[in-house]
Amino acid sequence: MTPQSSFMVLAPIVPAREEELRALLAAMNDSPGIVDPQNALVPFGRFTTLHFARFVILDDLTTGDIGVYGLPTREYPLYLAFLGDVDGSETAFLRWLVGSAPDGLRKLFSCCKDFGPDTDLLDWIQQHRSPPRANYVNTRGRTVGQVHEEAGLRDALEAHITANAAVFQDLSPQAIHAELRWLVYRKTSPKRFTLTAPAPTPLKWRIRNVLHLIGVPLLLLAASPLLIAILPFYLIILRYKEKTDPVVAPTVDQKYSDDLALLEDHDVTNQFSALGSLKPGIFRFLTLFGVLLAVDYAARHIVRPGRLGRIRTIHFARWVFVAGRERMVFFSNYDGSVDSYMDDFINKTAFGLNSSFGNGIGYPVTNWLIKDGCWDERNYKEYLRRHTIPTQVWYKARPGLTAVDMERNTRIRQGLESETISEEAAREWAALL
Amino acid sequence: MGGSSVTMTTNGEVEFSDVQGLMRFGYRRMTKARYVLLRVKDAAAARRWLASAKVNTAELKNSKARESKDKPPTTALHIAFTASGLDAIGVPESVIAMFSHEFRTGMATEYRARQLGDLGANAHGHWDWGPRRAEPDVPSSEPDAPVGEPHVLVMFFAEPEEFDDHLQRSTGEAWDKAFEVQRSFPADVDLIEHFGFKDGVSQPKISWDQKRETPKTQLDYTNVAALGEFLLGYRNEYGKFTDRPLLKPGAGNAELLDAVDAPGKKDLARNGTYLVMRQLRQDVRGFWQFVNEQSGDFAEAEKLATAMVGRALDGDPLVPIQMEPIPGVDRKQNQFTFDNDAAGTWCPFGSHARRANPRNTDFPGRPANWLKKLIISLGFGSKDFGYDLASSVRFHRILRRGRNYGTRLKPEDALSPPPPDEGDRGLHFMCLNANISRQFEFVQNAWFANTKFSGMTGESDPLLGNREPIPGCPVTSDFNMPQQSGLRQRVSGLPQFIKVVGGAYFFLPSLRALRYFAGDKTA
Repeated sequence: MTPQSSFMVLAPIVPAREEELRALLAAMNDSPGIVDPQNALVPFGRFTTLHFARFVILDDLTTGDIGVYGLPTREYPLYLAFLGDVDGSETAFLRWLVGSAPDGLRKLFSCCKDFGPDTDLLDWIQQHRSPPRANYVNTRGRTVGQVHEEAGLRDALEAHITANAAVFQDLSPQAIHAELRWLVYRKTSPKRFTLTAPAPTPLKWRIRNVLHLIGVPLLLLAASPLLIAILPFYLIILRYKEKTDPVVAPTVDQKYSDDLALLEDHDVTNQFSALGSLKPGIFRFLTLFGVLLAVDYAARHIVRPGRLGRIRTIHFARWVFVAGRERMVFFSNYDGSVDSYMDDFINKTAFGLNSSFGNGIGYPVTNWLIKDGCWDERNYKEYLRRHTIPTQVWYKARPGLTAVDMERNTRIRQGLESETISEEAAREWAALL
Repeated sequence: MGGSSVTMTTNGEVEFSDVQGLMRFGYRRMTKARYVLLRVKDAAAARRWLASAKVNTAELKNSKARESKDKPPTTALHIAFTASGLDAIGVPESVIAMFSHEFRTGMATEYRARQLGDLGANAHGHWDWGPRRAEPDVPSSEPDAPVGEPHVLVMFFAEPEEFDDHLQRSTGEAWDKAFEVQRSFPADVDLIEHFGFKDGVSQPKISWDQKRETPKTQLDYTNVAALGEFLLGYRNEYGKFTDRPLLKPGAGNAELLDAVDAPGKKDLARNGTYLVMRQLRQDVRGFWQFVNEQSGDFAEAEKLATAMVGRALDGDPLVPIQMEPIPGVDRKQNQFTFDNDAAGTWCPFGSHARRANPRNTDFPGRPANWLKKLIISLGFGSKDFGYDLASSVRFHRILRRGRNYGTRLKPEDALSPPPPDEGDRGLHFMCLNANISRQFEFVQNAWFANTKFSGMTGESDPLLGNREPIPGCPVTSDFNMPQQSGLRQRVSGLPQFIKVVGGAYFFLPSLRALRYFAGDKTA
């Protein structure tokens, strides 16, 4: 299995170069919201292990919200974020990237602080890495190559069935399975059925994964006497804060929302980038830190492939603190339109949303961290839309495929791989076609 | 996450005399109707006409009453406005700004076209009326009519013999001075839609008495919807109030009701709602000729058509009717869910009726206790591919009020070539909802236009789909019928049967709000 990893480069933009940077980013697109995968600056399409990538200017229009706590608006530099989700190690990927598109990257990053003509590109990128606090991968181990191969396999099987519809109509599911197996695995099968076997899981990754699997609970266990002692006080403070924290969810500016919408629904998958400030004080920071620790752990070791709770439409997602611990940015790649995404959040995974986003300034009132919150649909939707920021450049390796499509294609392949199949299993498998 | 329900505070009973009757009645006995789209040319005259218009209310009348004023009306008049229409009659911009995003921007924005499937032949540039009808090479059915988004929609309904009189009485001098007619559509009631299927079988039942206590988790399918899903100013399925204009009390708005959820504010939208209108041109010959070509004989063709629609011609569902009653369902043809058809072998997932209302609840499989709910919530329910793919339907219901236009064509006659003078036929689709984005747009986007609905790919709604390719998916014109034997039966190359030729979002105000609009707010 090839595990997936993520990278994110975060750097402040030189104010005088902002316009130039925006123009460069815009030039990477064919039209707003649609990237040219072969664009001259970073030809994403050439990187065959890259699932998703984006450039986002972290333009925070809500920094003044902290005023509801009587605190002055903080001035933050304007950041550029460059992030992606890749197969294998992120370091290897970044090396490949820097080796293949040095000029484009230099051009873009030269608009950021501390980047000069003599700067070592790879070093600079490594220094500006900003790791996620929690990361979600829809299906660990499914590579870009596999996505393409399995999509090709499905297309070929479908074409074969269509071309021989009369024959297939009368076949039993087991006979269909055998017939399609013969098509794909016979010795003379044409090359288009390349189905690469999974690469061995890197030993280093496996060791680290096991250490993480055991280490986090062990640490928690060690800390548990302390945590249990703190818990009553924690809950008292939590309840106090929940009862007094103000909600800030004014109707989002029409033009702002319309401009966001221009970047949406060009593919069956959409990008989502949301930025906001945490409620002031260490309490909310620690709460979010703990919640994201749990989310990250669950995403890594517990959840089923293809599921984030009940949600099956997210390909990759991550939560990242922005240079410090006052602001958090959330990135995801999800299927369907943003409204149905938000409805899914409310109706399927409110507890997860409330416990993480609920620590942000202005989020609808939560109860006991996980209850209510986004159930206040109107305020929640305005809150989230207001915190959504435009994603200037967004790349997806395989347009037209949802996460559920990819799962179906994987199941088709897996079913095909087993030499014998029970009648019941064959029926279920054939129904995937 | 528990089963606790949202506590209902008293909302006050619905004042039916303040609600436009269209909310409650389909006026099936008033078989003649006309939908008139207007542009305002004189705001003062328009307000004068509004002040004089006798709009029907939602009060229930008794057909056995002695006094004629207590008998059900034989005519009806209803009025709705687009955002630009409110502006045109002089409603202050600050008030319009408080209406919903969708209403203010209108149906025909560039991004909304992608969400609603208004692409290709459905693109705004090809519309016969509406905001974008400006392309000179697209012929207009009314070349002399004013273009642009309609301002006002006026609907006239009447029993046939009274119709002309009703129209005459309701218009008059102020009308002529106030408006330019953009389109005037005859819209006659028919219990059968043009493809030949019984129409309007499934409608949500509105909880007029507000007794529906919206639970946090709805485990059993119900057809009863919270009043606030359909009428603004009341609690919706979340137990919350939908965002709407709340005004500071002032001279012009004294008559408006007080907002229940915002003390000291006047609730302009209470007892009003949003009305979505889309003109859908139906290619009836194309439809029946296609299914006939696929099938060979007419009986088989009817079977395919039935699978595509998801109901039989007479409106019967394709899954067995269940014994247990469903709350809010008062006809047998509606007493079913798809719970026992998880594989879609009775009623295809992609069929129009199943897309329109998959009849899902908040949790798949009715978890019996909190532990099972927790297990499902954490993603450890069934591993089946098709498990838990569609959303809970109770947040996405619409109340349909559409009517046909054009002459009927029987399925068996549809196979012959059209006469030279064949007219247009289709549906003036109309629906009412309190939240256009979560209701109409969601249904149109996530369920009808979506080529990935319920884990499928390569097909959109067999009736409404635009068949346009999407990036990475060149084919969206399939229709799959899952079979018990395993491998689906597939029909490919569905042509476009329905074309969108116009549409707009309207606000259907209460009678108090109508009087507020009719008042001079510049004074």
